[in-house]
Amino acid sequence: MSILIDAKTPVIVQGFTGQIGTFHAKEMMEYGTNVVGGVTPGKGGGTHLGRPVFNTVKEAVDATGAQASIIFVPAPFAADSIMEAADAGIRYCVAITDGIPAQDMIRVKRYMRRYRAENRMRLTGPNCAGTISPGQAMMGIMPGHIYMKGIVGIVGRSGTLGYEAASQMKALGIGVTTSVGIGGDPINGSSFKDILELFQDDPETKAIMMIGEIGGPQEAEAAHFVKENMQKPVVGYIAGLTAPKGRRMGHAGAIISAFGESAAEKVEILQECGVTVAPSPADLGSTMARVLKKVG
Amino acid sequence: MDIHEYQAKEILKDFGIAIPAGGLAYSPEQAVYRAKEIGGEKWVVKAQIHSGARGKAGGIKVCSSDHEIWETADDLLGKRLVTHQTGPRGKVVHRLYIEAATSIEREIYLAFVLDRQSERVMVVASGEGGMEIEEIAVKRPQSILRQSVEPAVGMQDFQCREIAFGLGLPAAMVSQAVTTIQGCYRAFRDLDATMAEINPLVVTKDGRLLALDAKMAFDDSALFRHASISELRDKSQEDPREMAAGDRGLSYVGLDGNIGCIINGAGLAMATMDMIKHAGGEPANFLDIGGGASPERTAKAFNLVLSDDKVQAILVNIFAGINRCDWVAEGVVQAVKKTELKIPLVVRLSGTNVEEGRKILKASGLPIIMAETLADAADKAVAAWKQATGKA
Repeated sequence: MSILIDAKTPVIVQGFTGQIGTFHAKEMMEYGTNVVGGVTPGKGGGTHLGRPVFNTVKEAVDATGAQASIIFVPAPFAADSIMEAADAGIRYCVAITDGIPAQDMIRVKRYMRRYRAENRMRLTGPNCAGTISPGQAMMGIMPGHIYMKGIVGIVGRSGTLGYEAASQMKALGIGVTTSVGIGGDPINGSSFKDILELFQDDPETKAIMMIGEIGGPQEAEAAHFVKENMQKPVVGYIAGLTAPKGRRMGHAGAIISAFGESAAEKVEILQECGVTVAPSPADLGSTMARVLKKVG
Repeated sequence: MDIHEYQAKEILKDFGIAIPAGGLAYSPEQAVYRAKEIGGEKWVVKAQIHSGARGKAGGIKVCSSDHEIWETADDLLGKRLVTHQTGPRGKVVHRLYIEAATSIEREIYLAFVLDRQSERVMVVASGEGGMEIEEIAVKRPQSILRQSVEPAVGMQDFQCREIAFGLGLPAAMVSQAVTTIQGCYRAFRDLDATMAEINPLVVTKDGRLLALDAKMAFDDSALFRHASISELRDKSQEDPREMAAGDRGLSYVGLDGNIGCIINGAGLAMATMDMIKHAGGEPANFLDIGGGASPERTAKAFNLVLSDDKVQAILVNIFAGINRCDWVAEGVVQAVKKTELKIPLVVRLSGTNVEEGRKILKASGLPIIMAETLADAADKAVAAWKQATGKA
C-alpha cells in the first residue's frame, strides 16, 4: 500500500496545455499515472496528449471521476486554482507552483476549512516536487527512476534533497512506499505532522525519513508528534547548519527568524523526541539502513 | 523586499497613521532647508539604510541648530553604518530623513507579522517600546500581547481595543489606537507585506499617538500586483552579487568561506554547504540554480561565484531530475572554457543520464575532479582547496 496516491487514482492536470503542464503530464503518464484529463479555462472541449480538456475542474470531475489534481498554474493565479479544486470535490491536490504570495496561501487554507473534515481536500505544496508512490503513480516533477518500491515513507521540503535521500537508500537496497514533498514555502498545505499521521496508519510503511530545513515551527511540531504518537522509527535530517540567521536560503520559508528555527535547535528537538538524526546529508541512506536493521 | 523608514512612514500615513512632520534630504543644504520647512527648535536627523538599530551605530542624531544639522548631515552622507543587522560590511547612507523632534511620554511596540504557527496575520504589541522585539521577548515576555487575524473577516475593532487597554492606554486614547492598529493592518494586508513594525509608537506629552520609527518588508512573490511598492526598491542597499543573481533568476547568498558552491535546489544547496563544513571547509556562498540547470544558467552561475575573490575552489553538485546530466556536463565544460578557470573544480553529477554526463566531463580534457557521492564531493573539494592554498 501507499499513501495519498496509487496506480488507480484518477488524476487531472490543472494548467494542462501549458508548456510545463504538458511536459510533466507526459512524464507522469509514461510513469503509469492514471491521468484522466486536464483543465485549461477556454480550451475545454478539445483533447491534449490524448486526454480530454475541460474549462472548469467541476466539469472535469463530473466527466472523469477525477479524485486528484496536480497544479502547474502560474503563481499569480495558482491560489484560485487550488480553491477551484477544493470546491469541485477533488480529494488530493499537489501544487507544484513556486512563488504563490503568502497571503494568498492564508486565504486558500481558510477557504479549505469551509468543508467538513471528511469532505476536505488534502493539499501538499506549493513549491514542491510532488508525490510519488514508486511503481504505481507519480504526481510531480521528480525523476521517477531513482525511486525503488519498498517500505520507507519519505517526507521533505526540498525536491533535490529528497532525490538525494531516495537514491542513497536505493543504493543500499532500501525502497519507498510513498515520497511526499511538502514544499519550501512558509505557508503550506500539509505539515510534516500531517504526513507522518498518514504514514503511521499505512501498514506497509515500516519507517519514515523526514527531511526538514531551517525556518518555521513545523519540524519541531512533528518531533513532538513522533514522541507522543508514532510507533514507527523516524530518521531525520535538517538542512542549513551553515545558514546565517535572517537570510533567506532560496526557499521562501527557509529563513531563521525566531527562536527554535535554526538547524542546530531543530536537530536538538528531534533528538530529544526520539528521532534518529543523520549526522550529515551523506548519511541519510546509511542511517536509515541502521535503523531498519534494529527493527528487523 | 525591504524599504526605508521614510517610505514606510509615507505608506502608513496614507492608511491613517499619524507621523511626525518630516522630509527627505540628499545633501546638508537640503537637510537644513527641510528643518526650516518643518519649523520648531529641535529636529532629528536620521540615516536611511535598510537596517534597524541605527541609533546605536550613530545613524540618528538630535540637533537644535542649522549648523548642527548641516554638520551631522555632512558626516552621515556617504558613511558606511555597521549595525548588528547589516553584517560587517555595513550599509552606505545615501539619504537622510529630517524629522521634528517629539516629546515622548511613553514608548510602545507594535508590529504585524505572518505567523507560521497559526498561518495567519498576527499583531504583536508591547508596552516596552524602543527595544527590539527579541530583547523584549527575553527581558519582559509577559508584556507581549498578541492577536491573530481571522482571514475571512480581517482585523476587528474589539481586538484593537483589547490591545489598547492591554497596553494600559488611557480611555481617551483608545480610539486613536484603534485607528493606528487598523491602519497598520490594512497597509499590511492590502500591500502584501510580510512585516510592518512601528517601534516605537509613542504617546506624546500632549496626548497623541505618533509612529516615531517604522519598518516594512514585502512579499517578493506578490510584487507583481504592487507596482507602486516595486518602485520603492533601493538597490544601493542590496548586496550587488545577490542582486545580480536575482536578476538572472538565480538564488545567491554570500557567505564568508572559500569554497564556491553551484547546486540545483535550495535544500540540496544547504545540505551541500553543511557537508563542506562537515568535511572541514567553509562554503563561500549559497547558490541554487534551479531545477532546470541549463548550460546558460550554469555559465552564469560560474561567473557569479567567481566574482567573489575569496573563492579558491568550486564545488558543483547537480542532481539531475528533469534535465539530464549530459546537458549539465556540457554547461560545465562551456563555462570552464569561457571563464578560463584557474582554481580547482570538483563536479558531482547524479540522476538522469549520469554516465553520459561523466563521459563528457572526462572527454573534455579539462582538469575537472569528478566525485561520485555527496560525501566524496565535499571531501575532494576541501582537499583540493587545501592543496591549492598550501593548507594541506
